[in-house]
Amino acid sequence: MTLKEIALKNLIRRKGKVAFILAGLVIGVCTVVTIISLMEAMTSDINKKLEKYGANILIVPKSEKLTLTYGGISLGGVAFEMEEIREKDLVRIKSIKNAANIAAVGPLALGVINVDKHKVLLAGADFKAIKILKPWWKVKGNLPIENEVILGDETARIINLRTGSFIEINGQKLRVSGVLQPTGSQDDQLIFSRLETAQSLLGKEGRISMAEVAALCTACPITEMVKQISDALPSAKVMAIQQVVKSRMETLSQFKKLSYGVSAIVILVGSLVVLVTMMGSVRERTKEIGIFRAIGFRKSHVVRIIFIETAIVSGFAGIMGYLLGLAATKIAVRFFTESQSVSIPINFELAGWAIVMAVLVGLVSSAYPALIAARLDPNEALRAL
Amino acid sequence: MSFIVAENLVKQYGNGDATVSAISDISFQIESGEFIGIMGESGAGKSTLLSIMGAMNAPTSGNFMVDEIDVYSLRQEQRADFRREFLGFVFQSFHLLSYLTVAENVMLPLTTVKASRKQKRAMAEEALNNVGLNDKANRLPSRISGGEKERVAIARAIVNEPPVLLADEPTGNLDNKTKHKIMELLQKLNTRGVTIVMVTHSLQCAKYAQRILYVSDGLLVENG
Repeated sequence: MTLKEIALKNLIRRKGKVAFILAGLVIGVCTVVTIISLMEAMTSDINKKLEKYGANILIVPKSEKLTLTYGGISLGGVAFEMEEIREKDLVRIKSIKNAANIAAVGPLALGVINVDKHKVLLAGADFKAIKILKPWWKVKGNLPIENEVILGDETARIINLRTGSFIEINGQKLRVSGVLQPTGSQDDQLIFSRLETAQSLLGKEGRISMAEVAALCTACPITEMVKQISDALPSAKVMAIQQVVKSRMETLSQFKKLSYGVSAIVILVGSLVVLVTMMGSVRERTKEIGIFRAIGFRKSHVVRIIFIETAIVSGFAGIMGYLLGLAATKIAVRFFTESQSVSIPINFELAGWAIVMAVLVGLVSSAYPALIAARLDPNEALRAL
Repeated sequence: MSFIVAENLVKQYGNGDATVSAISDISFQIESGEFIGIMGESGAGKSTLLSIMGAMNAPTSGNFMVDEIDVYSLRQEQRADFRREFLGFVFQSFHLLSYLTVAENVMLPLTTVKASRKQKRAMAEEALNNVGLNDKANRLPSRISGGEKERVAIARAIVNEPPVLLADEPTGNLDNKTKHKIMELLQKLNTRGVTIVMVTHSLQCAKYAQRILYVSDGLLVENG
């Protein structure tokens, strides 16, 4: 006979009370697991959506002049009077603290060119980065290789060129490898070529006009990423496209706060259920505890029996709560996210925390009843029968 | 020095004008291996005396020594250890745990003893053998008779071989035939050297004791 065996047999005997404690804790753990899993799923969903938004940080040359453009209407050129950024400096971005959170860095070399009496903006880009930075791009034809360009939809219409046509830029003949489908952005009015091609055509070897960065960091604010890049590139101006990230993250943050509040209340209710049930159980077991004490059990032995009982029930409640929480999340996620493909994998860390939390809540809540039980005077307990 | 020594034991309940004396200035000595009966009317203070002897009820004043140990100078947890090592209890209403089998009930005092499961099982079997209940080891208390329950309670009291057995009306709920069987069992244990202190109302049972302490109104009025 061991204390553990006594505790186990007692649990088997008191199925009703055990079920009550179990229900209280399972509901608590299940709610917390559901909320946390849902938060993770929603954050992951938002991150995926943010990836689709493309670049969220812009790196431009520092300037003391104000930009005179609004909504695509330029009221005065200032952009090309600025000192440009050296392409090789962009490498420094890879050395920032949160470098792992950078999905892509897309340098752009910009310059005005003349095509058939039309002044057009030529943009040299890294098309590997473009795929991440502008995932919405659809090109009718192919992305350009050496001595090729693609045209924005508006540009193709205005200068009347299509895939397979040739254009001459600064005396160099280039083939149109594709036409960009309408994007509704300024890209529709540009000509794109490979970065090296544009740099050569514009006489800007080794220099870029700006860079777009796609950075994802759920654990750190975007402003932190901006600061890190600014530190790495002191001669450039780094800006976050705040409205994209901030509003969504703020909504998520407020939802998180509400969720944690709800979790705390649910845990409190669960622990009260354990406390009340264990108090009742101790009162019912006065005789038993009196016998234990009379035959030589120390107070600590009585406390251990109660703690073992609680630990077994709450540990089991932790496992059940986690599994039910996982199932509940799979159902709830359909209502909280637009994406139907959000996966809710088994999170062993969360499962571990759920069990530890359940056991802790159980033990803390049964500490007072255990103390009351240990303080029972064996003589009083036996005489009261 | 005698094995058990009680000196001027006083136990009072309540305060001020509401003070009630359960026992007053009781002194006696018991030698190792004696069989003592404690008799008296209801409310005379027998059970209070037994609970003091059971290290469960500190006297208001006086000393109680067992094997030269001043029991009430021990701290509470030390007194629990003392009860485990020195005392076996047989209660009037058996106080068996309904959810444990006969063998498990008997093994209960061994729970906190450092011994292997096999050793504990062997000790319980031996105790059950002593009370003639080996064949009922795996039954629940609800499936045995009153006399058998009393014998299980005795087996539990002697399983860790304590030198002293305290019995509170051990035959109070039993018929005459069973009563004698239980008394013979206690006598058998006594012949093996166990000191027995038994509270009883029954003269028939008292005859098994070597000496009677008669308590009346909290006073020891007869010792012999």
